[in-house]
Amino acid sequence: MNVAIDATSQDPSEAANSGPAGYIRLGLDRPLELDGGGTLSGFRLAYRTYGRLNADRSNAVLVCHALTGDQYVAEQHPVTGKAGWWDLMVGPGRPVDTDRFFVICSNVIGGCLGSEGPKETDDATGKPWALNFPVITIADMVRAQKMLIDHLGIAQLFCVIGGSMGGMQVLQWAVSYPDKVYCCLPIATAARHSAQNIAFHEVGRQAIMADPDWRLGDYLNQGTRPTKGLSVARMAAHITYLSEPALHRKFGRNLQDRKSITFGFDADFQVESYLRYQGISFVERFDANSYLYITRAMDYFDLAADHGGVLANAFRVAGPDGRPTGTPVKFCVISFSSDWLFPTSESRAVVHALNAVAANVSFVEVETDKGHDAFLLDVPEFYQVARGFIEGHAARRGIAAKVG
Amino acid sequence: MAVTSLLPPASIRSDLESIVEWVEAGSRVLDVGCGDGELLHALVHRKQVDGRGIELSMDGVRASVARGLAVIQGDADTDLKDYPSDGFDYVILSQTLQATRHPRIVLDHLVRIGRHAIVSVPNFGYWRVRADLLLRGRMPVTDRLGHEWYETPNIHFCTIADMVALCQDMGVTIERSLILGADDRAVPAPADSVRANWLGVQAVFLLQRS
Repeated sequence: MNVAIDATSQDPSEAANSGPAGYIRLGLDRPLELDGGGTLSGFRLAYRTYGRLNADRSNAVLVCHALTGDQYVAEQHPVTGKAGWWDLMVGPGRPVDTDRFFVICSNVIGGCLGSEGPKETDDATGKPWALNFPVITIADMVRAQKMLIDHLGIAQLFCVIGGSMGGMQVLQWAVSYPDKVYCCLPIATAARHSAQNIAFHEVGRQAIMADPDWRLGDYLNQGTRPTKGLSVARMAAHITYLSEPALHRKFGRNLQDRKSITFGFDADFQVESYLRYQGISFVERFDANSYLYITRAMDYFDLAADHGGVLANAFRVAGPDGRPTGTPVKFCVISFSSDWLFPTSESRAVVHALNAVAANVSFVEVETDKGHDAFLLDVPEFYQVARGFIEGHAARRGIAAKVG
Repeated sequence: MAVTSLLPPASIRSDLESIVEWVEAGSRVLDVGCGDGELLHALVHRKQVDGRGIELSMDGVRASVARGLAVIQGDADTDLKDYPSDGFDYVILSQTLQATRHPRIVLDHLVRIGRHAIVSVPNFGYWRVRADLLLRGRMPVTDRLGHEWYETPNIHFCTIADMVALCQDMGVTIERSLILGADDRAVPAPADSVRANWLGVQAVFLLQRS
């Protein structure tokens, strides 16, 4: 293991949180090797930490964010002013208790909130990377996070947790670094991005690329922004995060600020107005090229394909006698009954593969009509399961209830 | 939200108590149809086993996971095929075989996946059950068979003698058995005896493939 020894001499709890632009440069001595070929050296990785590392450094929890998330998991967001995106899960007394655990959340590479991505400046040219940024994968994101963990002097993460694309990173962590993860919680996710999911992403990308202000990705240099395209991409994607019952409950066919339909193309219906708002508020905080790169990373994700087409093989490790055996990582897989983007059948496929190697796995499908986004919403049963899993394993791992 | 208690319960069902006794400490255990994890919990805490569970009902799975157990939502009839042979030291099926669609196939998987299988079944040959049918002409409803015929999850009733015969037929060795009579008191009789089949309310078997 190549731990940056100089970083371990300081308290990692104090190292990161230096404001919205807080990032470190990684891969200076050894660059990040990318799946698509090429490398990134001296790349930025923006991250936030919460809580304190305990004496034996056993209480670190890595939270992985979803497609349009960022590192502000449990605090007010500096751009939107809203609460952290997972403050129901992460915080004092929450299932990921920041009084007990040292929580790390990084903005993925390819992201647009301080990590190296198409929006950042390419040191070689002094201009934004734009489409010169290399195409990245989920495994690349995880390799970058691994460098961060090494930098923080953490030999093994107690837990890696995340939903949707975050769940893909969780699975990738368990597969790439089984000895660096004690337990993990992949939520509302899959071991591969399905054809339907790729199709929806392609609609979003085409919307962005069809915007004349996209300028072949060079918009930052040309002083434009493809806000209309990005907004449409977000609207289409947002529908996939919800469910028909949830949409119906929220809006039905109710009209927006009017008594009757106008026989025109104004936002007559509340649901239209809602989607337009979602699209517009999204472009304020997200970069269009980042959206292209990160959706592509999800599309390419296929753990089975990386392991001879057999998903179970992804979860085999070399045993003490050199023969392959089941992964030592403990899993709790959670899906939501109304999630049609990452349906329960995808979670079940992961569970079956883990059973095939006799891995330690729990699996719960939470009954809810809130759709894919349920993992971000107030669904008490979901947090109850997560809490039980985390507390059970923290007790087994000997992690004290409070960092002393 | 209340913090879930991780302490084992004070006492458990007597058939479960004998299962706990039979299981070797520190072994690998799969509990099929584990309910809310009562038995698994006792095994993990009292025998330090590496325990897993499968449970059909989502409420049961949630309760189990919330108390720190490794349990998946799944169906004994369809999901056992995913488990590798000899993956566990013990596979337990407690009061569930009679509720599966294909008991023979399930039993076959149990002895394949586990070096041992522990199976407990309610005895349809118990004298009170026989009396119910013989004298009243009605399907029996007892403590162990607590459902009316139209709502019971039990679809493949059997007697202790039937279980013994099935094991013989499948070449499964009965290493050990425990016959529990009225008030959960042990009936000192071998499983293949007439006495066991008359007086046993239920039986617990320790099985091994030959």
